[in-house]
Amino acid sequence: MNNGTDFGRQALDRRAVTAPLEIQHLTVSFARKPVLWDVTFVASAGSLIGVVGPNGAGKSTLFKAIMDLIPRQGGEIRVFGDRFTAQRRRVAYVPQRESVDWDFPVTAGEVVTMGLYSEIGWFRRVTREHRRRALAAMERLGIADLANRQISELSGGQQQRTFLARALVQQADLYLLDEPFSAVDAATETIIVEVLRELRDAGKTALVIHHDLQTVPSYFDTVLLLNLRVVAFGKTDEVFQAENLQKTYGGRLTLLDEATEAMRHRRTI
Amino acid sequence: MTRIITDWYWPLDGWIIAIGILCAASAALLGSFLVLRRLSLLGDSISHAILPGLALAFMWTASRSGWPVFAGAIVAGLLTALASQWLQQRGRVDEGAALGVVFTTLFAIGLILINYGAARVDLDPGCVLYGAIEFAPLDRLSIAGWEMPRAFVVQLIVLVLNTSFVLVLHKELKIATFAPEYAESQGIPVPWLHRGLMVLVAITAVASFESVGSILVVAMLVVPPATALLFVNRLKSLLIASMLLGAVGAIAGHLAAISLPKWFGLRSASTAGMMAVAVGGLFVLVCLVSPRCGLLAAGYRGLSLRLKIAFEDVLACLYRRSERGARSPAKLEEICNRLGRSPFLVQLAIWRYRRLGLLVHSQDGWRLTESGFERAEELVRSHRLWETYLAENLAMPAERLHEAAESLEHFTAQPLRSRLAEEISATEDPHGTPIPPERGTPRKPQD
Amino acid sequence: MNGLCDTWLGSMIIGGGNWLLDGLTLLALGVFGTAPTDSQGPVTWADYNTQVVLIGTSCLGFAAGLVGCFALLRRQALVGDALSHATLPGIAAAFLLAEFFGGDGKRLEWLLLGATCSGILGMWMMMQLERLPRIKPDAAMGIILSVFFGAGIVLVTIVQQTEAGHAAGLESFIYGKAASMLRRDTMMIASMAVAVSVVVGLFFKELKLLCFDEGFALARGYPVSRLNALILALVTVVTVIGLQAVGLILIIALLVIPPSAARFWTNSLGPMCWISAGIGAMSAAAGAIASAWAPDLPSGPMMVMTCSGIFAISLICGPARGVLARLARRRDAAGRRT
Repeated sequence: MNNGTDFGRQALDRRAVTAPLEIQHLTVSFARKPVLWDVTFVASAGSLIGVVGPNGAGKSTLFKAIMDLIPRQGGEIRVFGDRFTAQRRRVAYVPQRESVDWDFPVTAGEVVTMGLYSEIGWFRRVTREHRRRALAAMERLGIADLANRQISELSGGQQQRTFLARALVQQADLYLLDEPFSAVDAATETIIVEVLRELRDAGKTALVIHHDLQTVPSYFDTVLLLNLRVVAFGKTDEVFQAENLQKTYGGRLTLLDEATEAMRHRRTI
Repeated sequence: MTRIITDWYWPLDGWIIAIGILCAASAALLGSFLVLRRLSLLGDSISHAILPGLALAFMWTASRSGWPVFAGAIVAGLLTALASQWLQQRGRVDEGAALGVVFTTLFAIGLILINYGAARVDLDPGCVLYGAIEFAPLDRLSIAGWEMPRAFVVQLIVLVLNTSFVLVLHKELKIATFAPEYAESQGIPVPWLHRGLMVLVAITAVASFESVGSILVVAMLVVPPATALLFVNRLKSLLIASMLLGAVGAIAGHLAAISLPKWFGLRSASTAGMMAVAVGGLFVLVCLVSPRCGLLAAGYRGLSLRLKIAFEDVLACLYRRSERGARSPAKLEEICNRLGRSPFLVQLAIWRYRRLGLLVHSQDGWRLTESGFERAEELVRSHRLWETYLAENLAMPAERLHEAAESLEHFTAQPLRSRLAEEISATEDPHGTPIPPERGTPRKPQD
Repeated sequence: MNGLCDTWLGSMIIGGGNWLLDGLTLLALGVFGTAPTDSQGPVTWADYNTQVVLIGTSCLGFAAGLVGCFALLRRQALVGDALSHATLPGIAAAFLLAEFFGGDGKRLEWLLLGATCSGILGMWMMMQLERLPRIKPDAAMGIILSVFFGAGIVLVTIVQQTEAGHAAGLESFIYGKAASMLRRDTMMIASMAVAVSVVVGLFFKELKLLCFDEGFALARGYPVSRLNALILALVTVVTVIGLQAVGLILIIALLVIPPSAARFWTNSLGPMCWISAGIGAMSAAAGAIASAWAPDLPSGPMMVMTCSGIFAISLICGPARGVLARLARRRDAAGRRT
């Protein structure tokens, strides 16, 4: 990276208006059934955000909307003050572990290198330098010795670490992690939390979909309670309390659910 | 009909259609389970894989028809199903690939056998298999004094066999198809059911292969069930609908085969091929009109919904106007301006509501009748109830409430309104306008 | 023999056995065709014809094995099946069109163009069908396969009624006519194989990413549907070119079996592609040699049998996923546990 752009980025940072992620009035619906309703929040740089909510609350949909993979009915999403597509390089995504076929003939090292593919670009080959960087990322997660293993030989936790390494190697500034802690061993969980904290301390931002309410206060400094709409967003110690959780998990908006369902089937109820 | 379709000859064409319908129905019946199990290509695979069985049986008996050929084909068909299943489970080969490996290998063996046999015995590939639905009525049997085509009898037997299999094991098949692992935990012998199904598919393929051409059975195994899936919701209706679709396709196919080519001065075209094309045509047709994916239906319902919303907005607009104290009848332009809708749409709404007796013309504008006023009040009540509900439960900013309530109000009737009313505490909407009371119910007591 | 074949042709065409009709796809080819040379005297390695055939078939096997890997890993192993059936209406229509406009319907290039067009149409429609609710990929393949093939049979029966449509020489196409491959065919196959390999090489890492993790590829902004179409296009090219060499059904074998066999040997995509291409090339060559030696043995089926043999060996002995290797590993693990 040359000095010119470096300077430019510093200038931008100093203005401090370009939050890593800024979402205004985001509304998403599938076949007229709202999945996200009027979601608004701003994630500031250097924060570790837990995204918490019941099943079907729209957490994964939120990620997809951020990455511009699904059409939205309204609202605006700014990633580093820009459209996502323009800032794609600076966003790293860790999909759910179940999303791929782990029997696929690749090694763990190759999977991590995939994080560099868009940087390498079309028609260019993976070089030794790229492999070294992939290995360094794996080192950080303690799986460097598994680089040549086929991915089906890894344990669930190791597979999750491989996915995280693939995101790290990208050296992004905003991380979107979809349930990185689901069905992993304790060691993996500790390492992932450590890495996420390092990222935060380096001024990066991470949004983490998380299910285990017990660990939320100790893992995340900021929390987004989501159930169709934003129930609460803010510092964990201020927001993460019984009343909000009750609203997130208890108060299902049954009437709204029924009405939107009726809308979808074009019935009056 | 006979006038449009020249050369229609009942003793021939009637039988062809009857045979086609039977074949289509028995294939569609089994095909429903194959499609649900994601084994749609099994029919095609089996129809290729039976070749070595046929060739061996022929070389052994030197006869083109009869039980050995049938048995050989069934054994080969079963081998395909079992071997591919084994490869998939024990060899961890991808499902489609397993099928591909097995059937191409068997097919190649069959070709080599035929080639080998041809050098020794007088065996021409053409002699091994001989089947065209056009000629099926010519090969006759007489049963109890009734003379009928052999293919008809064979297809009838196959259909009875398949139907009784499905009827007897209806619920087991259902659960084994829907949730195989659960079924197994319940003690249902899923692998055996699967094998039974495969045997029947093989029998169906062989029976049709010999008499009507296998493209017919391959098409009928996949296309009618896939078509039916587009509009049915239950297994029973899937089975019935796909059988009917197959039958319709068979009839349409034969009619097309004997009439279409005439327009181009040709004699005729393959009936089996045309039946496959006809069920393909049915698929396209259903795609267009079925309520689930129906492109036409979606367009129609989208339009009618938009009209309903636009119309109801006119009513609500008149209500709000009178609420604000306007006594004079509303003019067309005024409504258009308020709603931001085209005069055409508003005119259409007025025309409709006038016919329904909700609007009357007075002076040079429009006024709500008593029943129109009631209807409009319901809408406005729905709207304001929703605004209040959303404000209280979603903490939505006030300026965005209107939009959300605007779409919800059109789907809200009295039952939902009273439930909404129970859940909210305010009697005014977030903008400070009172929520009109439900007609026929007393006002909520205010404390 | 010829007369027999003609009567057989007549009856078969009107809708008989599926597999024979697969051969009939090549009816049109048989119609126009470079008729099989009957020069099956003593064969020597230096024989020019043998060399031509060897090079041609190995190139085809190589390309099919390579492309087949991606189709297999996209879980569309049988896409070649749907595709090869979908070419039939194109071939027949091309023939009819050419005859109608007074051209020479038997020209190879013209018929292959027809095959390509209807193959592409079939693949495009298959992609559209998969988008419909409840239509799974296998059902989409089945629909395309049977409806296109049905249409093809209808057109073929019409071809049969035209003046130029009657011709013999069909049997060579059922088995494939590899043994009678001409220099021109070999050149075409070889250039196709080179082109396919270059494309796969250029897009290797993108295709790998697509096959492994489509969601991630989407998130990283890759044109996923275009890459998908690229895979289908590669399969189409290989199938259309391979049709005339090994026949309709057997080209499926070359697309499916080598990748499935290669999967037992390695756990990495790069080596898998090479092994698969190697198996394809080897078995194609072996088939050609076998039929050159023993004229009794048809080349196409012999290629498939070699493929299947290698597959069986790989299934048992493959070091990465073979049955024995997995048994040993399981015993190892059990031993460690006790």
